[in-house]
Amino acid sequence: MQNAGMNIEDKGGDKLVLHVGPQHPGSGHFRLIITVDGDYIVGAKPDPGYVHRGAEKMAEYRDYIQNIPHLERPVIIDATGVTLPYVLAAEKIIDVEAPERAQYIRMIMAELNRVISHLYWLGIYGIFLGHSTMFMWPMGDRELFIDLAESIGGTRVTFSYVVPGGVRNDMPTHFKERALKTFDYFEKRIEEYKKIFFNNPIMTARTESIGIMSQADAIKLGITGSNLRAAGIDSDTRKDEPYCLYDRVDFEIPTRKEGDSYARCIVRLEELQQSMNIIKQVLDLIEPGPIKQVIGGVMRGEPGEAFVRTEAARGTMFYHIVSNGEKYPYRVKISVPSFRNLIGMTHLLVGSKLADMPAIYWSLDYWPVEADR
Amino acid sequence: MVNDPTLNLLVGKISDILDTTIEKNVREPIRFLVNWGRLYSLWPVHLETACCSIEFGAASGPRHDIERFGMLEAFGSLRQCDVLVVQGTVTRKMAPRMKWVYEQMPEPKWVIAMGACAISGGLYMDSYNVLQGVDKIVPVDVYIPGCPPRPETLIQGIIELQNKIRKSKV
Amino acid sequence: MSAKFATENQLAKSLKDQFKNKIKEEYVESNRIKISTSPENLKNLAIAVKELGFEQVMSQGGTDYPENNVYRIEYHIICVSKKKLRSIIFSIMTEIPKDKPEIETLIDVFPSAEFHEQETFENFGITFIGHPRMERLLLPEDWNDIPPLRKDYILPGRG
Repeated sequence: MQNAGMNIEDKGGDKLVLHVGPQHPGSGHFRLIITVDGDYIVGAKPDPGYVHRGAEKMAEYRDYIQNIPHLERPVIIDATGVTLPYVLAAEKIIDVEAPERAQYIRMIMAELNRVISHLYWLGIYGIFLGHSTMFMWPMGDRELFIDLAESIGGTRVTFSYVVPGGVRNDMPTHFKERALKTFDYFEKRIEEYKKIFFNNPIMTARTESIGIMSQADAIKLGITGSNLRAAGIDSDTRKDEPYCLYDRVDFEIPTRKEGDSYARCIVRLEELQQSMNIIKQVLDLIEPGPIKQVIGGVMRGEPGEAFVRTEAARGTMFYHIVSNGEKYPYRVKISVPSFRNLIGMTHLLVGSKLADMPAIYWSLDYWPVEADR
Repeated sequence: MVNDPTLNLLVGKISDILDTTIEKNVREPIRFLVNWGRLYSLWPVHLETACCSIEFGAASGPRHDIERFGMLEAFGSLRQCDVLVVQGTVTRKMAPRMKWVYEQMPEPKWVIAMGACAISGGLYMDSYNVLQGVDKIVPVDVYIPGCPPRPETLIQGIIELQNKIRKSKV
Repeated sequence: MSAKFATENQLAKSLKDQFKNKIKEEYVESNRIKISTSPENLKNLAIAVKELGFEQVMSQGGTDYPENNVYRIEYHIICVSKKKLRSIIFSIMTEIPKDKPEIETLIDVFPSAEFHEQETFENFGITFIGHPRMERLLLPEDWNDIPPLRKDYILPGRG
């Protein structure tokens, strides 16, 4: 097939077209067509779609419960983050509400997933910058959080745990002690991460003042999530439009003004701490009670539509479900944060050096499977 | 004097004995040595096709540490690789690229289909853009079920592949 | 008009004063405003929404309604910098006939709509006039069937 893989094309003069991906140690399942002039990138064109599985069309052929597993697959690192807005939107259409305990457990799972996702990102960022210790450490600590989530959800990554009306099953009895023990350990580890990686001169030299996204550009291009907060805007759906019971917990939104790759890293590191703070507060607030409102028979929605957005690990996850009163949804539109951050990649790469490409690319936490759906 | 049929019989016997000796004392040690050399230094191609790559990453991490079993981490060029681990769903856009990656790998090479999507399309059995099983494009040696397979399952798949390599002819 | 959704109602009212009967208020509820208009008026409405302080397109999508022979196009616009408007999702929508699926692009008003419009183009076959890259994004290069999110496209094995 013409233009099928990695190839180099001479554009004449000093310009050269490089295809990065889809088979590349860094890019993952995504291709970036970049034009370089000497060391500098003068053009960047993303070519997503290598994992486009047609989730939106498939959702029209499945009922509200059957849709959960396949809508979770695009971001299995952040499985609760991606299914939670879908379930909240489905609840609006079916007109049920989850009990209080279920809402709290959802928050615990969402925050655990945020930690798991951010640690995976950190591990891969270590590899991108040639720092193998920073791959091993977060990957090892991530397993502790996976164990916590597994004790609630039952599997390692794909929980399918949040369902319309509540959650699938209750928390184990000794979850609180286990969680607090893990958090105590991990809070010490964060300091060690800072010593070996975040305050490491080699790391700062490769990320500081690299890939600067100004505040105005971030707003104009529709950047979301940690990337937006690293540009100085303290926008977070958990505060802006609280869902579940996020209005009952107290947490900070980490922001930075610089907008460079380092700012995006440090914002994510601080979010780890905030997520643990939220879980600690929830574990104090949570009380025994029902975890699920049982819905008899097949779920059928009223004709109408629902928009729900939540803050997933990569940014605002948005679902728009249209129902015509049938068993299956009429239309499910998913707007994922990675797809919206894609435009920022083109913007940041043009004008930077080719050697800075890995540092910029992964600092945006672009997850191709999520963007393609 | 030895008559003709006996002579034939004798010659046949000698050739049989020689064959067994060579098979036992020359070919077998060489086969063992070559397979042993291949067994514990499997280089995987870093071809992430979908979400199973997360569990592949976790398997390379410190808890599961796939290197203990002779599967190295996914670094380096595909010209040095001998295992293609298809990590999940292969879409219609990815399929020709995957075939191309497979063709560029040097012999001998093996393919592992990781996850339900790579085996049969899995959850995406009715999707318009998903290949229903990678064995239609590349020959698969080991199938690892799961959605996604746990790292332990992946390790078991690697051990199965090593058993297969151990028995293979040279 | 309840005092509960004061900000939302105020925003909708200011647009109604400006456009009179060219726009139709679909609904105003907690944190959600939806306004529909005619295709030729969509761009003016988008400019007015931008002047109200909404900055980026969070989502843009289409829906196929074969019985009415229309595609519905929706833009969900949010604001991230002003604390007061952050909780609101402003949706503007229009309906275009299926036999002439064309509409003017909004990327000169909202640059963040670029990839979303490209996606709607390939999923429904709707052409956005003025968009610099009306080409395939997610679908394979050799896709030669009808656009997949139309209702007359049946998934393989589900027919």
